[in-house]
Amino acid sequence: MLFSDTGEMDEFITLGHGSGGKLTGELIRNIFARRFDMNEPLTDSAVVENEGDETAFTTDSYVVDPPFFPGGNIGKLAVCGTVNDLAVSGAIPRYLSVSFILEEGFPVKKLIEVVESMAMEAKKAKVKIVTGDTKVVEKGKCDGIFITTSGTGVIRKGCKDIGTGRLVRPGDKLIINGAVGNHSIAVMGARKQLSFVSDVVSDCAALNHLIGKVLDISNAVHFMRDVTRGGLAAILNELSDMTGLGIFVDEENIPVDESVRGLCEMLGFDPLSLANEGKVLIVAGVEDAGQILDCLRADEPGKNASVIGEITENRVKEVILKTLSGGNRILDVFSGLQLPRIC
Amino acid sequence: MKYVGEYREASVVKVLGETIRKEATGEYSFMEVCGGHTSAIHRFGIPSLLPENVRLLSGPGCPVCVTSISYIDRLVGLSSEQDVIIACFGDLIRVPGSSSSLEKEKTRGADIRIVFSALDAVEIARNNKSKKIIFPGIGFETTAPGTAAAIISAYNSGIDNFFVLSAHKIMPPAIDSLIVNGTAVNGFICPGHVATITGADSFSFISDKYKLGCVISGFEPADIMLSVLMLVRQINSGRFRTEIQYSRAVTPQGNLKAKAILEEVFSLSDTEWRGLGLIKSSGLKIREKYASFDADSVFNSAPEITEVRENALCLCGEVLRGNKIPPDCRLFAKSCTPENPVGACMVSAEGACNAFFRYRRNG
Repeated sequence: MLFSDTGEMDEFITLGHGSGGKLTGELIRNIFARRFDMNEPLTDSAVVENEGDETAFTTDSYVVDPPFFPGGNIGKLAVCGTVNDLAVSGAIPRYLSVSFILEEGFPVKKLIEVVESMAMEAKKAKVKIVTGDTKVVEKGKCDGIFITTSGTGVIRKGCKDIGTGRLVRPGDKLIINGAVGNHSIAVMGARKQLSFVSDVVSDCAALNHLIGKVLDISNAVHFMRDVTRGGLAAILNELSDMTGLGIFVDEENIPVDESVRGLCEMLGFDPLSLANEGKVLIVAGVEDAGQILDCLRADEPGKNASVIGEITENRVKEVILKTLSGGNRILDVFSGLQLPRIC
Repeated sequence: MKYVGEYREASVVKVLGETIRKEATGEYSFMEVCGGHTSAIHRFGIPSLLPENVRLLSGPGCPVCVTSISYIDRLVGLSSEQDVIIACFGDLIRVPGSSSSLEKEKTRGADIRIVFSALDAVEIARNNKSKKIIFPGIGFETTAPGTAAAIISAYNSGIDNFFVLSAHKIMPPAIDSLIVNGTAVNGFICPGHVATITGADSFSFISDKYKLGCVISGFEPADIMLSVLMLVRQINSGRFRTEIQYSRAVTPQGNLKAKAILEEVFSLSDTEWRGLGLIKSSGLKIREKYASFDADSVFNSAPEITEVRENALCLCGEVLRGNKIPPDCRLFAKSCTPENPVGACMVSAEGACNAFFRYRRNG
């Protein structure tokens, strides 16, 4: 048993603790949040007040294996991921810091490639990388390159609660900006150990401009979260937990690319539990849902946006999925290890 | 998705559901024997499409679930031996033994690698000459030919550091044992993939000898719904026979080549099924010709196994026999969850408790 009755963890850390599923949640709650005196809800960015200004502050580490994959590399991921964490908290991302842990023997040419894509993504996202740190460890002590980015942004007016779930109400619509699962499949395909070749490309992208446009046209955005590790299933369950409300989603309306669906079928994965790096879940009042959908679809990273479900009247923490075949079932969080080191 | 999507079509499934509802006038309990069926049934929400008088019960067809604790203990013991690499299927690493699991041993430094086929393990052996690679042979007639092929491949290419600890099992004797020991089902949804290898004929004893419903089923929602309808009709008419619903894959005789490979490498032995006990001639033991690959005899100096411990409250055995459903168990969703499985049925995605927990919770 990993957790004793006191909620303390015993024994050892397993890879499952880093998978973004239930074990990660338990690790954060039982080991970190208690000792750091952090309050629920635990959001992607903290909102800190500074002489009247509200600032979003976030940090994330990237250990993706391999560091280069179709659609991006660890550097692009490190910028986009942190920018997205800020944007979904209702902030306009401004400044990033970056720390590298490099393994002795890592090719400088590859490092330059990583750094150049970071610079390019930062420019596109209109954020500045303003400070950083570098450590080099002996060969075998890390896997090529690990990156940590932190970021700050200014909270948009009236948006400070957007990451907390406090604004969510029964009847709200759930919207996603496109197909899920591509990032995990692209990274897995880039690993040599699984012998399949696919045309799947990671969806890795900064979403701050897209999210900004949505917040410009609607005051009825009640919640946002980037759909990363643990996939859509994890985010929906977290939302249900945060709000104490039931959620209904219709699988038929959840976009999944044909090649991703096929590979998932072969490999036994559920696309709804796979990681993404360019997807945002938006929960909005029904009155604005159509308008938000149109706004998303007008932009490249939102062109396949879809309304996938709604918050129900049911005051039970439960996510119900209507499957492609018409049957209903619970959509649970995948526990333990589905795919390690995808971000 | 072509060739799959057609069998998931909501409109087809709906018509089948309506027909079942109309024709099912009595009480029906059908057992899906295969873990693949259990997983598909819950994943597609099939129970929500069936009337209450048609119940589906899970059988002993999840390979990980029926693997005995002493086997896991043996693997745990072997994993700490010097120069040993355990190359296993992913499901297996989390299965709890008496006091540890392969996953726990991995965090303590044991070299445990996940492979997708037995041939991958042979490849590891080829690339790590100074190590001993043990592949845990788990599963039924579907995975056993792969293990057999790997052993033959290692034999032919003179690899001497690849070993198999066989816990392979065959399905018909387990169904026979369930029926003989009394299980309250009217019919069986028989495993389509096993029958692809063995042939439908190997299940005909169910209808011919025991006069119970028997349909060899595919794994998509429309397959399963149609199989349920076929079973309802067999029960209603009293005409029991072994029907093949999964005719796009299954023949009466099966895959003769795979059967020949199995016969070449394995012989039948009595073996222990977790939850069901010892079942005569239901295990696959490596033949004398290939004894040098048999981890069971090669690693006879394995550390003494201490007492085998099973949680007394765990109802896995009753669940595997179709006598109980997971929420009947006092541990279910309380101290036994996919993160902290007590019984093996909670570990594997094909286990009844795991599928119930993930897709239905309390029924």
